[in-house]
Amino acid sequence: MMTLSFHVISRPIMQLVLAVLTLMLSSEISHAANWDIDQLMRSLAKTRSGHASFVEKKFIAMLEAPVESSGELLYRAPDHLERHTFKPKAESMTVDGDTLLIVRGSQKYRLQLQDYPELAAFIDSIRGTLVGDRQALERNYRLSLEGSAERWVLQLIPIDEKMQAVVWRIRIAGVRDDVRSITITQADGDSSLMRIDRLAAP
Amino acid sequence: MRSRGRSAIVLWLAFILVCGIIIGRSQFTTDLSAFLPHSPTPEQELLLEQVRDGLASRLILVGIEGVDAPTRARLSKRIAQRLRADPDFISVNNGEPVRAKDDRDFLFNHRYLLSPGVTPERFSVDGLHAALSDSIDLLASPAGLLVKALLPRDPSGEMARLVGQLNSGSRPQLVDGAWASRDGARALLLMQTRASGSDTDAQQRAMAAIRKAFDATSSSGSAAKLVMTGPGVFSVTSRDTIKSQVIRLSFIGIALIAIFLLLVYRSFAALALGFLPVISGALAGIAAVSLGFGAVHGITLGFGTALIGEAVDYSIYLFVQSEQGGTSQQAWIKRFWPTIRLGVLTSVFGFASLLLSGFPGLAQLGLYATSGLIAAATVTRFVLPHLLPASFRIHDVSTIALGLTRLVRRAAALRWVAVILLLAACVVLVEHRTSIWNDEIASLSPVSQADLQLDTDLRADMGAPDVRYLVVVSGADRESVLHDAEQVSTVLQAEVDRGELAGFESPSRYLPSVATQRARQASLPSNALLEARLAQAVQGLPVRAQLFAPFLTDVAAARSQPMLQAADLEGTSMAMAVDALLIEQDRHWSVLLPLTAPEGASINASRMRAVLSETGLPNVLFVDMKGESDRLYSGYLHEAIQLSLGGLVAIVALLLLVFRSPMRVFRIIAPLAAAVITVTAGLAVFGQQLIILHLVGLLLVVAVGSNYALFFDRAGYAPRQSGEGPVSEANPVEHTLSPHTLASMVFAGFTTVAGFGLLSFSNVSILQAMGVTVAPGVILALLYSAIFARQADV
Repeated sequence: MMTLSFHVISRPIMQLVLAVLTLMLSSEISHAANWDIDQLMRSLAKTRSGHASFVEKKFIAMLEAPVESSGELLYRAPDHLERHTFKPKAESMTVDGDTLLIVRGSQKYRLQLQDYPELAAFIDSIRGTLVGDRQALERNYRLSLEGSAERWVLQLIPIDEKMQAVVWRIRIAGVRDDVRSITITQADGDSSLMRIDRLAAP
Repeated sequence: MRSRGRSAIVLWLAFILVCGIIIGRSQFTTDLSAFLPHSPTPEQELLLEQVRDGLASRLILVGIEGVDAPTRARLSKRIAQRLRADPDFISVNNGEPVRAKDDRDFLFNHRYLLSPGVTPERFSVDGLHAALSDSIDLLASPAGLLVKALLPRDPSGEMARLVGQLNSGSRPQLVDGAWASRDGARALLLMQTRASGSDTDAQQRAMAAIRKAFDATSSSGSAAKLVMTGPGVFSVTSRDTIKSQVIRLSFIGIALIAIFLLLVYRSFAALALGFLPVISGALAGIAAVSLGFGAVHGITLGFGTALIGEAVDYSIYLFVQSEQGGTSQQAWIKRFWPTIRLGVLTSVFGFASLLLSGFPGLAQLGLYATSGLIAAATVTRFVLPHLLPASFRIHDVSTIALGLTRLVRRAAALRWVAVILLLAACVVLVEHRTSIWNDEIASLSPVSQADLQLDTDLRADMGAPDVRYLVVVSGADRESVLHDAEQVSTVLQAEVDRGELAGFESPSRYLPSVATQRARQASLPSNALLEARLAQAVQGLPVRAQLFAPFLTDVAAARSQPMLQAADLEGTSMAMAVDALLIEQDRHWSVLLPLTAPEGASINASRMRAVLSETGLPNVLFVDMKGESDRLYSGYLHEAIQLSLGGLVAIVALLLLVFRSPMRVFRIIAPLAAAVITVTAGLAVFGQQLIILHLVGLLLVVAVGSNYALFFDRAGYAPRQSGEGPVSEANPVEHTLSPHTLASMVFAGFTTVAGFGLLSFSNVSILQAMGVTVAPGVILALLYSAIFARQADV
């Protein structure tokens, strides 16, 4: 009788508890997902400017060996990015708004990013992540986030078909508000891996 | 007597008929030829040619404001689509990549003829090795994304080099697929008209076409707003503004004068007859200019009639002065004509100085004014009296005349006030002596401040070339100018590398000289040789030679490729650059190389001249367009100032010759000089810098004022009973200025002030300048003449 009554009472209670738990958990999860991309962007955006060193390895089918380059990155919100390559050859690339200036030795190339949408999307992925500009990223990519705030991977998949023909996906890995690596996989299978180490403010 | 009158009338009618025939056959122009000097320097010729016909003169910058960004972009695309089909527009650019593919194909297919990188060394083993390793390094950079696909066909990177050259200028950002301003508040389009900027009618049609395309695409009641600017737009709006203001102000002016004269005369016949001399003068003036210059300029028509407005005064003098005491017109001729004749002569001497001006516009004005005044005076003297009905009488003005006389008798009391005013004016002039004149040609521009601001804004948004500095290479044929332009480009590129220039443009980039193309073609090795060199060149690099099979094919094709012709450029955006910058005129060729100043800095003109002279090419010219136009204008201005002073000397000499008394001449000149000084000082106090039309206004003050001064002088010296013979300086007679003479002067002065006073309310600087000078100047000339008149009974 007692067990029966317990049974009678406990089943609805158990169901209620389970339901509440499920509700709490699921809300916790969906909340966590939203919270993370925004929160990540917000924490990235806190750094208005930064200075980092990088080492990039490119795996290109045309070439028999991967090419490695290294140098420094400098960025300043909202849209200024400099990439100074020291090795294998001194080269600098400065993006300011819509203009891209490439200096290689005595040669200077000034390009308007609007003329090269693929390149623009590509640069925006790096620039947008470093300064935490979610809007800029979402103009060209679908975003998804894995991992925790402590250790995260932001994945960018191009929205535009033309861009998809060039880039398959971009994966940006980081620790808290620190971008640590950018892996780009191109549609033709070529890929590049860039490791980034934050330096003290210049 | 009657037959003499009849023959005068017949002669006059014949003269009017001849003038009419000449005018009927005259050519009227509104272009800038009025500004081209008689014997222009090459720089000046080029300047005028560019302003008239150059690339920059054909640009129309268009902005779409209001509504939201996607709507603006959509409007921009629809307008561009419509206008691209319109043959009146050479190009319509709004950032849509309409020609991008053609452009890239053209560059890529002709890269071995176009790229300055193509040299024999480049295709040696070492050269290829360096080029390949460079390209591989480029693959490692972010831009590698762009070159990867091209690498097998273009391992030496010629395409990257050409593209880098092409994109040296900055352009607006794209918002929703169309150009937008930096602040994102307006969509932008840049159009080039087929017609030159000086073809104002064609520019007006182009503006109407743009407006129509806009109206057709934007729904009615939409908040979208269209704005336009550019040299052609400016000439259209200026012409409209000047035309409408000249017409409106002249109409009001003539109406005011007519009403006033009607009040004075109380006779329609008198009013109509009174305008005969000035109309005859205008016809004579236009005919004389047509005969003298071959064509009559719009400026001359606009201002000439104002200059001979003095002729209205002649009939006033005749009507009012002959009224006095009921004397006949014949008596008037006897008593007053010598004075008026001298007044006409002083005016003619003053304006004749303009005839010598190197500024054809001013010289035309001088001829118009002198011939017009002589004709008007002659008609007043010999024709008008015979046309008057026998019983001709105007309303009796004695009451007014007597009242005025009483006022003038008291005027002398103001002597000290006048002296103080004059001294103050002198002080002001001395203080402002360095800033009295405005040397900048922009000061003549009738374009409003708001329109100028819009122009500056749109240009900044667009990054449109501000064609201020140009290098010009000229020669006898296309090949030689292109070849020389290539040499100049080398020099200019060195300046770009040094940071002295941000960039430059040259048609030889897209259409190299045949010699250069041949040299580049000759740098390409044969297929077998290139293959062998390539095999050696890849050693030590992470690529296999087989990758570059397409490169071998392309080079082999390029070796037998026909030379690039101007026609090959058709359909690309480079064709426009070549059309605009490579010009053939009368079997004379020139290449223009516009320079862009480094951001935030200006171009060091003397340095550029020095480095260009080092090329040793005699046919290369560095032109500073703004400097040149300012120099041209300030040259005209300073010449006009000197000529006016010369005119003043001529007037003094004339008066000395007539009166043979320096003291008397001084008394005539002094009130005029005082009026000129006071007006000039007044303008300086109000912060108005003088332009060339203020000077013309001052001449007019002297011309009109000399009549007043001469009447007062005549009164001071002439014996009571009109007699012949010189009057002795030692025995001046009593003041005999008759009330009617005084009244005629005041009436004449009023008509002048009414006509010109209206102009001072104009917002067109050249009209306003005349108005604010002449209206107060004439009043002052009359007042000074009255105050300082020699009076026996002060």
